[in-house]
Amino acid sequence: MKSDRGDIELAGVCKSFDGVTNVVDGVNLKIADGAYCCFIGPSGCGKTTILRMIAGHEDPSAGEIVIGGQNVVGLAPVQRRTAMMFQSYALFPHLTVRENIAFALRVRGMSKADRLRAADAMIEKVRLTQFADRLPAQLSGGQQQRVALARAAITEPRVLLLDEPLSALDEQLRVQMRQELRRMQQELGITFIHVTHTQLEAIALADLVVVMEQGKIKQAGAARDVYAHPHDRYVAEFMGGQNVLSGRVEKVNGSSFTLAQAAPDGIEVPLQRRPSVSVGDKVDIAVRRDDVALVRPGRELPPGCTNSLPSRVLAIEYQGYFVKVMLDTVPDDAFVAYVPEKTFFADPFTVGDVVLATWATGSALPLA
Amino acid sequence: MQSSQTLSRANLAGWLYVSPLVLVLVPFFVAPILVVLAASFFATDGFGGLTPDFTLASYIDVLHSALTLKLYLATIKFTVLTWIFTLIIGFFVAYFLVFHVRNQLLAIGLFLLCTVPFWTSNIIRMISWIPLLGKEGLINQALLALGMIRQPLEVLLFSDLAVVIAYVHQLTIFMIVPIFNSMARIDKKLIEAAIDAGASRFDIMRLIVVPMSKSGIALGTIFVVSIVMGDFFVVKVMSGGGSASVVSAFYEDVGVLQYPTAAASAVLLTLALVAIVSLILRTVDIRQEITR
Repeated sequence: MKSDRGDIELAGVCKSFDGVTNVVDGVNLKIADGAYCCFIGPSGCGKTTILRMIAGHEDPSAGEIVIGGQNVVGLAPVQRRTAMMFQSYALFPHLTVRENIAFALRVRGMSKADRLRAADAMIEKVRLTQFADRLPAQLSGGQQQRVALARAAITEPRVLLLDEPLSALDEQLRVQMRQELRRMQQELGITFIHVTHTQLEAIALADLVVVMEQGKIKQAGAARDVYAHPHDRYVAEFMGGQNVLSGRVEKVNGSSFTLAQAAPDGIEVPLQRRPSVSVGDKVDIAVRRDDVALVRPGRELPPGCTNSLPSRVLAIEYQGYFVKVMLDTVPDDAFVAYVPEKTFFADPFTVGDVVLATWATGSALPLA
Repeated sequence: MQSSQTLSRANLAGWLYVSPLVLVLVPFFVAPILVVLAASFFATDGFGGLTPDFTLASYIDVLHSALTLKLYLATIKFTVLTWIFTLIIGFFVAYFLVFHVRNQLLAIGLFLLCTVPFWTSNIIRMISWIPLLGKEGLINQALLALGMIRQPLEVLLFSDLAVVIAYVHQLTIFMIVPIFNSMARIDKKLIEAAIDAGASRFDIMRLIVVPMSKSGIALGTIFVVSIVMGDFFVVKVMSGGGSASVVSAFYEDVGVLQYPTAAASAVLLTLALVAIVSLILRTVDIRQEITR
């Protein structure tokens, strides 16, 4: 009997197209049944290739792909009981919405009456009833996306694979369809694997965020974990929202160490998550942009803040509920503070002002 | 005042844009057709002399002749057979080139290979069948040597079979090109989406590739049908004079100076072709292909 579980395990999966470089390089990952998993990374990082290997449109050069306890390498997509929603949807342009959605049932030999009934039920689920007889070209982007989703979901797959499903939509629609994807996932109760290069999309949707770079997984974890506790410099910079500073360790004292920096006394960093640090090591640390407070020189630092870096304001961007202040704190890297709007306008800075950038000592995070 | 001036200027520009086409089409297409149309209504003295007149005598002659129906049936037979074979071969060659040759450079190379027969003249291409199909040709010799036949097959050359073979040889390219063109525009992702939905190769061909190549098939059909129906030379040479087509009849008419009858036949054939082509255009929206 076939398993209905949609849990996925990738074990040592590699893929090479030319036999020389691995596009996907030894990926190990477990995805729970019914999870919403987002692969995220820059273009060319191998995330789409992983998706296509899970879908059965590409064979891994090495490794195993296990779905519901069964190794599916070499099986056709239908046998894997996966369905894929393609980037830019790949709807059949000569078939109506109803025929598009019923296509998979048609090639499975279901009778016309049955398959049209099933398609109509699915059309209702994605709220397209009044468009059932239209051709894809007569639909808006959001409607096409829903057709693509319905077409993929109609076979009751145990895993639904989505290749950059929202990239063809404009910003407003993207946020709306994002919610719709999540709603469909919960309604269907199946595993969704979603490939994207938009950080916001990934952390808004996913139970499991997988950050990739050059064919390797850099970090996999819950959205909040990946965003707030990046594992290394790459993840911190890619996910955004963090300032990354690097320097040599000056001294180690018990539960914290001191990083040599522009500040006269160096920067004090707590030692959680990184047990072994010795004097002289080059270490990266991350400080969340919204943890950074800006103080005019001579004023008292907020409680809990022991580090302060003198900086000059380079640029100011108003973002609505916060103000993005760019500073020259560290010579080569960007250093940004997200100051709440009300705080900022209580005592606004202008470009060129000298300020002290500070943060609660406990909030700095040493990176691997 | 000013607006009418700009309007007339826009008009002039419009006329200038179409003038090259008009300059080609009017003398080389419209005028000859009008001449033929006029000649079909003229009276003749039977020795090549034409008297301007308006008589339907030539049409009545042509339509009353039992030969006309026979010739049309023969022509339609050649057309349908040629169409079927060129369509099947053309479709699969295009399908192979588009969906099975992964390397684009190789696909273009193979595509150019399809045009090799066109590097030599039509006549040479027909003559080259003789050593293969002739009484002492390769096929007969091979079959004799294998002991499968005792007498050389006479049906191979100078027969209807030979006519169809020659047509298919000449015209398959006219199917390949438009079908290749419309197939090449099918997004490969659609094929993948169909595989993902569980479609077999045959399903993909039947439900995706054929419907989406319809306009190419229609264009190729128009080429092949109009060429075969308007030809007499291949029939004459490859049938060894044993068969005739509509056009060979009015070629004969011209030979015996029966210009009005020939012109009337030509007008009727043109009308028949226009009817067929408009029927094809009604079934398939070719504009979609051209403007896409």
